[in-house]
Amino acid sequence: MATYSLTTPLTSEDTKQLKAGDTVLLNGTIFTARDAAHSRLVALIEEGKELPFDLEGSVIYFVGPTPPKPGDPIGSAGPTTSYRMDSFSPTMLKNGSKGMIGKGGRSQEVKEACVAYDGIYFGATGGAGALLGKQIKSAEVIAYPELGPEAVRKITVEDFPVTVVNDTQGNDLYQMGREQYEVKN
Amino acid sequence: MREIEFDVVVKAVKDMIMHCGTDLPQDTYDALEKAMEEEKSPVSKEVIRQLLENATIAKNEKRPLCQDTGLAVFFVNVGEEVRINGGLLRDAINKGTEQGYTEGFLRASTCEPFSRLNLKDSVGYNLPAIIHFDIVKGDKIDIEYAAKGGGSENVSRARVFPPAAGKDGIVAYVKEVISDAGGNPCPPITVGVGIGGTFEKAVISSKHALFRDLETENADPEMAELEARMLTEINNLGIGAMGMGGTKTALAVHIEANPCHIASLPVSVNVQCHSSRHTHITI
Repeated sequence: MATYSLTTPLTSEDTKQLKAGDTVLLNGTIFTARDAAHSRLVALIEEGKELPFDLEGSVIYFVGPTPPKPGDPIGSAGPTTSYRMDSFSPTMLKNGSKGMIGKGGRSQEVKEACVAYDGIYFGATGGAGALLGKQIKSAEVIAYPELGPEAVRKITVEDFPVTVVNDTQGNDLYQMGREQYEVKN
Repeated sequence: MREIEFDVVVKAVKDMIMHCGTDLPQDTYDALEKAMEEEKSPVSKEVIRQLLENATIAKNEKRPLCQDTGLAVFFVNVGEEVRINGGLLRDAINKGTEQGYTEGFLRASTCEPFSRLNLKDSVGYNLPAIIHFDIVKGDKIDIEYAAKGGGSENVSRARVFPPAAGKDGIVAYVKEVISDAGGNPCPPITVGVGIGGTFEKAVISSKHALFRDLETENADPEMAELEARMLTEINNLGIGAMGMGGTKTALAVHIEANPCHIASLPVSVNVQCHSSRHTHITI
């Protein structure tokens, strides 16, 4: 299991070298979106309308941060559970997005979309919101402010620690890890 | 009849909420430290190490432990010989909740069920709190509080079994719920199991079981034995910290059992993530 440092936007060359279990330190701009924002973004794609940011090579972080304290760019910001975005993610990947950050397992359709469109599903440590929030150096709401914590934010990260869960070859770290440690009765 | 000022309750609730948002309770911290030592998977060990580091950062810098600062859940035991001066107890708890979430910069995660809109902005609205009242002897008010996150709540389930299902049926069910949940509820988890009562009694008991300190044993030896059996079965699933694979899927199983109808065996499984933020105060 290797460690990589990658800067967004990601290319197919970036993503195809990664294997399930690798550690990646992400740098650059990433975009935040949860359930409500995904629903709106995918509706825009289906209607052929312009999105609030460029999807090409983008990394989407499934997060709804706490409000920032005065002087901080953002509050605590760990990942939310990803399966709720399963119905939207294949469309996002098909239209140029290359990475997702969340926690928990994904559907077969998402795993297949990762293979088809050179996408990666990264896992970040759920519940480590204080630690992860410190790696976010700037944050700006760029769409849907009425959604509060679920608004789309453009954030800048430095050495943001994630693990490759689903790679471009169809491997799944959760499945592999569990098979290794399961005790059958 | 003893009188307690409305604002005393507001302040006590606010303080509990702000403290729990940033300071992981000692029993949870200790249980995670023990789990890190015992975990066999290096990947899961590293995840738990990050969680302990996160707890230290949160405490020292007063940052929320997790961005999901939960819905505020309370179990309140009200003594028969006490009354609130200046308002309703429920209103005092809600006011303290709003102040705690606002002043602590905690995320308001409450929204309307279909519009999904938060009625205010992210700051200052996390109402109504979920409050379970009971009346007890004495002239004190005991308030138990937990910040309950959504990811672990989403995998929780309840079912009414026929009595013949027995212990084996319940153990198999608990195992099935946790197996299906995988890494989604942020393991290592605590599992609250409510057994018996009516349908809703089992559910509320499974929630209350999560408020028990992690190092404490069940007072009923039969239930303590059943908890140990369930814990072994759950850890044999191999899910590990954050689902990365490992030997420590759960820190503890807590059971609350009640008498039930001769026709029924209700069971509820309520899951708590590793960030078990709970505390209580007696006024």
